[in-house]
Amino acid sequence: MTKDECKKLVLDIIADIAPDEDLSNVKPDVRLRDQLQLDSMDFLDIVMELRKRHGIEVPEADYMQLASLDSSAEYLTPRFNALADKR
Amino acid sequence: MASDFRFIRMKPARIVITGVGLAAPNGNSLAEFRKNLLTGVAGIERIDVRYMGSQLAGVCHFDPLRYQKKKEVRVGTRAGSVSIYCAREALADSRVAFDSLPKDRIGIYIGCTEHGNVETENEIYNISKFSYETKYWSHYHNPRTVANNPAGETSLNLGVTGPAYTIGAACAAGNLGLVHATQMLRLGEVDFAICGGVSESIHTFGIFAGFKSQNALATHAEPARASRPFDRARNGIVISEGGCLYTLERLEDAQARGAKIYAEIAGYHVNSDASDYVLPNPQRQAECIRAALRRAGLSPAEIHLINTHATATPLGDIQECEAIRSVFGEGCPETWINNTKSFIGHAMGAAGALELAGNLPSFEDLTVHPTINVDDLDPACALPGLVLNQPRRVSRIDTILNNSFGMLGINSTLIVRRFLP
Repeated sequence: MTKDECKKLVLDIIADIAPDEDLSNVKPDVRLRDQLQLDSMDFLDIVMELRKRHGIEVPEADYMQLASLDSSAEYLTPRFNALADKR
Repeated sequence: MASDFRFIRMKPARIVITGVGLAAPNGNSLAEFRKNLLTGVAGIERIDVRYMGSQLAGVCHFDPLRYQKKKEVRVGTRAGSVSIYCAREALADSRVAFDSLPKDRIGIYIGCTEHGNVETENEIYNISKFSYETKYWSHYHNPRTVANNPAGETSLNLGVTGPAYTIGAACAAGNLGLVHATQMLRLGEVDFAICGGVSESIHTFGIFAGFKSQNALATHAEPARASRPFDRARNGIVISEGGCLYTLERLEDAQARGAKIYAEIAGYHVNSDASDYVLPNPQRQAECIRAALRRAGLSPAEIHLINTHATATPLGDIQECEAIRSVFGEGCPETWINNTKSFIGHAMGAAGALELAGNLPSFEDLTVHPTINVDDLDPACALPGLVLNQPRRVSRIDTILNNSFGMLGINSTLIVRRFLP
């Protein structure tokens, strides 16, 4: 998986949990909270959907890694790839 | 409006209904609901219920996105959406200048039969897809299932900072919402109330399965004919969702702003059977009706319309008729009797509030909507004044008595009267 593909997966999740938001111009290097109406429960939703859809566990200590699309891709891509290797 | 307790006085403040918002299986507004009640249009259909397959139910078809964002609908509950829709519609109908009302002086009092079953069942179903591992259980479970959820979601949507809570009163809950709001307005606790009842019950299989196990779930080949109180062949309840919320105000406040007044709260009573978990008690029901009449200062003959609670269970209908017969006897020639559940099924916590709304326009059109689906009247339910199958134009409707009874033996009777200054 590439980082761009990873960003797409994260955006797919955000599209479902924040259905009123326009995601066409999300800046990858800006904190998601600063450009979208997302609260702490929404971030828990992202964590839950990563678990449900992709089997990825994000421990609470790492939640800050999901702050932006770039940081999410940085953190998640190796985990997606490790999971793929295992399978 | 006042922010103190000067409204506590020997003579209780007069409380009036100034707005109605509703979601019924056969109408998303009072006008549509009433039209269908007068033209015999029921709102029962077949739905797929988890684990149980096709079942009869009353389903509402309002658009939740009219007043909520998609995310609010996703995060919240169906009862929350019903409540928000009804509250917003009631406020619009009342024509109150909502933005200028002090939000901490508004109370939201919503009756519920139950709350949380839908959301709990959904989560159990959800984790069943993940080998019942609880780490897949939603973090929204608690805010969705707290008993105050429908009122809390409404307060969030409206920005109301006054008291907002639900009243758990089984199927008497719709009336209880109005009763409680009346009390809070009279106590001076709030200056404006949004009140009534809601139900999301059709989204839990448990209520269907429970009534089925109790042999109290209606069956019929034609959905629109399934809910048939007083008919000899009635065979149980049709479960419905829905809601009806009113705006209530003290008369002087309503008059000061030139509000349209639908009706005045004339009297009410709430009591308990203390006799059985599910079986009604006609003696206590009669006591409830009599106490409401006393509070209203009315004799039985002065009641012009009785909306019955009857749910189409074989025993329950007879017992309510017994209670009504014992209070009204044969000497009330101007008392007409009907049943709204024959159109919409049993909307549980919304039932009392919705059924009252369906009859409120009688003050204007002097017409009593019928009880439909009665092909063969059960002689044990043959009350004088029963309006069957066709609406009846009458000479006088100045008072409406609304019965709502519930499990664990809670009884409520609410009486409203035509407003006369």
